[in-house]
Amino acid sequence: MPGADKETDLTERIEAFLADLKRGGSGTGPLRGSGEMARETTYLLRRITAQARWSSAGDLMEIIRNEGRRMTAAQPSETTVGNMVRRVLKIIREEYARSRGSSEETEQQESLHKLLTAGELSEENFRQHFVHLKANVIEAINELLTELDGTTDNIAMQALEHIHSNEVIMTVGRSRTVEAFLKDAARKRKFHVIVAECAPFCQGHEMATGLSKVGIETTVIADAAIFAVMSRVNKVIIGTQTVLANGGLRAVNGTHSVALAARHHSTPLIICAPMFKLSPQFPNEEDTFHKFVSPHEVLPFTAGSTLIENLFQCFILLRLFTKVSVTPEVINALSV
Amino acid sequence: ETQTKCGTISLFSHLHQYSRKAPLTQQLSIPSTVIHPSIVRLGLQYSQGIVVGSNARSVALLHAFKQVIRDYTTPPNEELARDLVNKLKPYISFLNQCRPLSASMGNAIKYIKKEISNIPSQFKEEEAKTKLQKCIDCYINENVVLAAKAISKYAIKKISDGDVILVYGCSSLVNHILCEAYDKSRKFRVIVVDSRPRLEGREALRRLVQRGISCTYVLISALSYILPEVSKVFLGAHALLANGYVMSRVGTSQIALVARTFNVPVLVCCETYKFCERVQTDSFVSNELDDPDDLMVTRKGKTQLENWHDVSSLGLLNLVYDVTPPDFVDLVITDLGMIPCTSVPVVLRVKNLEQ
Repeated sequence: MPGADKETDLTERIEAFLADLKRGGSGTGPLRGSGEMARETTYLLRRITAQARWSSAGDLMEIIRNEGRRMTAAQPSETTVGNMVRRVLKIIREEYARSRGSSEETEQQESLHKLLTAGELSEENFRQHFVHLKANVIEAINELLTELDGTTDNIAMQALEHIHSNEVIMTVGRSRTVEAFLKDAARKRKFHVIVAECAPFCQGHEMATGLSKVGIETTVIADAAIFAVMSRVNKVIIGTQTVLANGGLRAVNGTHSVALAARHHSTPLIICAPMFKLSPQFPNEEDTFHKFVSPHEVLPFTAGSTLIENLFQCFILLRLFTKVSVTPEVINALSV
Repeated sequence: ETQTKCGTISLFSHLHQYSRKAPLTQQLSIPSTVIHPSIVRLGLQYSQGIVVGSNARSVALLHAFKQVIRDYTTPPNEELARDLVNKLKPYISFLNQCRPLSASMGNAIKYIKKEISNIPSQFKEEEAKTKLQKCIDCYINENVVLAAKAISKYAIKKISDGDVILVYGCSSLVNHILCEAYDKSRKFRVIVVDSRPRLEGREALRRLVQRGISCTYVLISALSYILPEVSKVFLGAHALLANGYVMSRVGTSQIALVARTFNVPVLVCCETYKFCERVQTDSFVSNELDDPDDLMVTRKGKTQLENWHDVSSLGLLNLVYDVTPPDFVDLVITDLGMIPCTSVPVVLRVKNLEQ
């Protein structure tokens, strides 16, 4: 039956995506950028909308919610997955409301008055069936995908407003958004970039080679020299993995030290983050916020025979993500 | 010339640019035949990184000078006091070219020169030489060995049972303190913070674990994660400057900064012979540049920065030291007692008066 084939095909794709998520998180698989992850998630959600069996918006939302829960459980550190699922759920709700005929404006403005007086909205169970709902939802998801494709360029377009000539800019590790941002500014301005390498994966090296290829004067420094060099830095521009609901960041290891050093020297700290990195989570779940990978990168198992004998007494930690708290004192500008 | 191509390295163009590849004697202006062999060996050990650490370098220097004095003969019509000092000058420039002198070495050299000039002219050569060697032994004993004992005594008062102590890199003094405290049956555990490219923390880790102290090893980027567990931070120093700044291995200021944010006490352990009359407010005006090729790393068979010499807009910066402002440091433990950072000029004045 064609229906069943479509279903098995769909479940296969979902399973493959989940397996990829689980594998990609251990640091051994290819390190995917968040943009790619967001796009893949949206493609998958569009496929689910197109191929899964559902009759009303409520069913579809149930299906997507379940799949979304499984995806976030597979890799809790990939918050873009959860963010895209929430975006798609919002799209479905909007399209449903539009199909029902209620005007868009009244739906969107959730004033306090409305919350107190509205009775019917809370009884909304999205059970009505609309013929064109599927097409509308898919069209809206396509719009979302176009928006995703354009985020890096939109951010890069603002570069000239933030960077003046002969500046020294510091950045940490590797961020595709910041790389595009700096490359765009380099077309019209001359400035220097100092890249902190971010041991042990040293993504900063890749960033530096990428920047120097377009002629930006780049210097690579070790993580330890961040405070030493900070007194000569005019701005710090970094990317992040997630922007939390309180304005804090979940970013690569070492970002907190950079933020503190910048605050000490009163250097402005600018974050470049696309919309899909904004998350409604708060930084209070200690176990999912720090991501640990194998300590082999820090201290290899073969590092000296005397070390191996006593290794059972040693705990070696390698942390991938950190969280930066207290936004207003630390972050000066958020470029989305 | 290749190192000064990058615009940002121009920040450090006033410092000697480093390259380990060029043979040492090629760069030197002094022919090495005039230099005493133990000094040549010492210079090589410094430049190759075989002798590292402030104390180790000073002690090695003093031992080499003892050898030089032993082999010295006063030429006719010359006075030992003046001639020996002149003999030492080219040796010191040679060592400076191998690797810039540390503050402790500078102070040791000043002491020796003073002792040599103070040799009474009626001393016979043998007498003078024995006296000088005794002075050197005395200096090492007082300022390194006994100072370490005194500092341990004070520091152990600050270590209580159940402490979690954070150390950075490999400081001989801090390792000594921790081993002594462990021998005196204090119960504590240590977190060793390390940083690329030198990775000196591994040596500290090895020494502490061999003693039986339980350790955790992290890289400096994990600092803000590990600091909430820490009760104290012990740092070693390369020199203490007259305005209260602490000059130490690069990364120390970062640790002090983040520790201050988490309200963890920072204790710096430093012998008084490392106190220095210099004043410095940032890490640029006087620093040491190490081999930039050390920053390269090969991961999964690929070295990203392999051809960085060919790319004109790419530069690598490998700093060795940095300065920590005194507001980040809570206490300095010296052989004269526990003092705040700002008391350094007082100690220097007292020492000058004594001499």
